[in-house]
Amino acid sequence: MDVASAKLIGAGLAAIGVGAAAAGVGYVFGSFLNSAIRNPAASDGQQGRLYIGFAAAELLGLMAFAVAMLILFAF
Amino acid sequence: MAAEGKIDPMHQFVIEPIFGSFGHNNPFVFTNSALWTLVVLATIWLFMFGGMKRELIPGRWQVAVEGLIAFVDDMVNVSIGPEGKKFVPWVFTAFVFLLFANLIGNMPLGIYAPLHPFTVTAQFTFTGVMSLITFAIVLGVGFWKHGLHFLTLFVPKDAPLIFKFVIAPIELISFLVRPFSLGLRPFIAMFAGHVLLDVFGNFVVQSLNAHSAGGIGIWLLSMAFIMFVSMIELLVAAIQAYVFAILTSLYIGEAVNLH
Repeated sequence: MDVASAKLIGAGLAAIGVGAAAAGVGYVFGSFLNSAIRNPAASDGQQGRLYIGFAAAELLGLMAFAVAMLILFAF
Repeated sequence: MAAEGKIDPMHQFVIEPIFGSFGHNNPFVFTNSALWTLVVLATIWLFMFGGMKRELIPGRWQVAVEGLIAFVDDMVNVSIGPEGKKFVPWVFTAFVFLLFANLIGNMPLGIYAPLHPFTVTAQFTFTGVMSLITFAIVLGVGFWKHGLHFLTLFVPKDAPLIFKFVIAPIELISFLVRPFSLGLRPFIAMFAGHVLLDVFGNFVVQSLNAHSAGGIGIWLLSMAFIMFVSMIELLVAAIQAYVFAILTSLYIGEAVNLH
């Protein structure tokens, strides 16, 4: 296998991580809504924590995207 | 860019000189990055000073500015506590700069080519330096306030001794990764969104150039997708600025309060 096609396959494999981050972000917002609907009065105070959890989950997907971009353009 | 069917989504991030040229003799070149940074700063300046007239009965503009300031002020007070007032200037600066730079980078001004917005936050130099400033504040405040006692930040307080030895290196690594992750997040979010918009913008042009029924279908799909992504991008621009600000105040709060 030559390097060019191996690069494309590698970048495609790295993009799987973005889907995993999608599951993570969905889980964060889903569980927030689950509990926010039970106690709507308390949900406004937890917005900050919601976005921290969102950021932590999203970062790993962005890392996967960065790895894909590095494989495609930096090598 | 759409010529010859070859899509080059990285071209929009190239820093090009506007006056002069790069060389050994002239290290200071006015680039498109510098131009759009100035545009962002001018917009912030106009927005802030338009609302800082301190009228007794505030108009809409003043309410917008005061609301923005109160928003950041509340966020900092919640995360840092009563000592948070000192750190509001930096958190507010970072939040407003990221917000305005992200939003201005998303403006559809590209009809006239030199006006094409350059997203300054899609460069790691900007966001990386901002996260380095945050960590200079964290380390400075931590060591200034607590001395070497600051290092107990890495050790959980009420854990059994054997856990402390396990958790302390993990906490240290997590602390050392933070400057990268903090700067990487707004950068990659903007970068990825603009690459996506560029790729699908090329699809629009190419599918119309194909002059076929299938081309029209692809054009409709790409157009709809671009509208959707543009709206998502506006949301992401605001969320990333918010996340940067809240994480900055959280990290500073950890250094101030130690757990």
